[in-house]
Amino acid sequence: MKADLSVRIGSLVLKNPIIPASGCFGYGLEYAEVVDLASLGAIAVKGLFLAEREGHPPPRVVETPSGMLNAIGLQGIGVHRFVSEKMPDLRRLGAVVIVNICGSSIDEYVELARILSDVEGVSALELNISCPNIKEGGIQFGCDLASTRAVVGAVRKATRLPIIPKLTPNVTSVSSFAKAAEDAGADAVSLVNTFLAMVIDVETRRPKLSNVMGGLSGPAIRPIAVRMVYDCARAVRIPIIGMGGINSARDALEFMIAGATAVQVGTACFVDPFIWPKLLSGIEEYLDRHGIERVADLVGTLRTDRN
Amino acid sequence: MSAPVDVHAEVLANTRLSPDYNVLVLAAPAIASAAQAGQFVMIRTTSGTDPLLRRPFSIFEVLRHQGAAPPAISILCKRVGVGTSHLFDAAAGDYLDCLGPLGKPFTPVAPPAEAWMIAGGVGLAPFATLTDELRAAGTSIRLFYGGRSHTDLFYLDWFESRGVSLDLATEDGSRGSRGRVTEPLDLALSAHPASAGLMLYACGPEAMLKAVTSLAQRHRRPSQVSTERIMGCGMGGCYSCVIKVRDAAAGRVHFVRSCLNGPVFDGDHVVWE
Repeated sequence: MKADLSVRIGSLVLKNPIIPASGCFGYGLEYAEVVDLASLGAIAVKGLFLAEREGHPPPRVVETPSGMLNAIGLQGIGVHRFVSEKMPDLRRLGAVVIVNICGSSIDEYVELARILSDVEGVSALELNISCPNIKEGGIQFGCDLASTRAVVGAVRKATRLPIIPKLTPNVTSVSSFAKAAEDAGADAVSLVNTFLAMVIDVETRRPKLSNVMGGLSGPAIRPIAVRMVYDCARAVRIPIIGMGGINSARDALEFMIAGATAVQVGTACFVDPFIWPKLLSGIEEYLDRHGIERVADLVGTLRTDRN
Repeated sequence: MSAPVDVHAEVLANTRLSPDYNVLVLAAPAIASAAQAGQFVMIRTTSGTDPLLRRPFSIFEVLRHQGAAPPAISILCKRVGVGTSHLFDAAAGDYLDCLGPLGKPFTPVAPPAEAWMIAGGVGLAPFATLTDELRAAGTSIRLFYGGRSHTDLFYLDWFESRGVSLDLATEDGSRGSRGRVTEPLDLALSAHPASAGLMLYACGPEAMLKAVTSLAQRHRRPSQVSTERIMGCGMGGCYSCVIKVRDAAAGRVHFVRSCLNGPVFDGDHVVWE
């Protein structure tokens, strides 16, 4: 018998726990030729501000062992073009759409939430309060507990959609931010965004990214991300969407055992755009082998007893 | 254009052309049958995670009839870093994951227009398949090809045997004219009758592309340039490989993804840094 892969994120039921991560999957349609978007638990589309943004000049990425740094700078088409140009096709293809929203003020987050609440096919909002690459938005709300509470609370009042603040690992205690988000009315939290990092060309003594610093992702960060998900799972009761260097079904299962209800996959999709059915079949194979009927039963089942 | 596929491709041959350049032949029937001149593939240079990302390569040759061998593609590779060193060291019988075909191809011109291809170094890569497509249309072809030295110029016989006339340039003067390939191009453009149709195709270092497009504009000729940017995914997901273009309709300048909107652009649209 095939295991039940469905999971619940607030009022939202996903058919499986696998979600392409925001910033790594365009607006989803870029990948519609190579993956059935409806086969995914959901898709988290690229972060949107109210207005269009150009982002940073290249070079925007640089590789490091088992990882990469990016400083894209949230290039994007803005919420209005997203709704008119992308949502019709996403609806037609049956994608469960989580829209990642970014603001340079609380008012901007609230306005984005209001606009998207009325759009058919938008299933949840991920609040980007953790992009390390831009000065004027996002992370200023994610590195201060009072600001996190304020922005989550304000968006909570503006929408009935599930809201999922996406947390930065670039703080002393991620779990205190997860708790602040929960207290302010978040339905779930997603973590981790990338680790602020830099790479220098020693020959020229110049940074390898035009933005000097960028966010580190990929397998290099995975053990730290697993630990942070574990910390947060012990601090909050709301679901956690875990991410950070997931490259295989085994990696996804690791996050779920640590306490994630669902997972997002980003950098690995750059390497293998056909990864999605492999992740799903790997999870099914594991559940079958361990006699687990529902993937939800695996969440937070880390054994720390000595036997 | 057909959807990209990921082929676990056997290396059929690795021919080292010099201490830095090699040609890898990859068994990839699904890519070979769909590829158009100017398109590219993303190749995983290792099964491990260092380097983590794939590397983009223009499809160099499409080898449809190889006797008993399956249809294949080749790539022209210059060793510059970890990934390309792996590919330089690859052996026949190895397997490499090869994703493609990707990107917007060249638009070939037909007679009476002529096609002039301008290649710098490893920028020769997209011009073998373009030659095949232009020949099929009966278009007259000229190749302006520059490198540091005569040891950096490859496949000259291949192009000559297909009726392509060659204008070579080397920085050290060891073959063809001394200096940059844009100098013989400038002379040839000046000598070419204004009434005769002409399309310029260019691939090479960005400084060369910039020089070619400015020559093309000065001589009032259209151009198509194949650009190379640091690329994360090749599918439009990461927004790494952007290039600045002027939007003809809106009249404004903005970043577009060279994997989706390119790698081939109308030379008049690119805004060089």
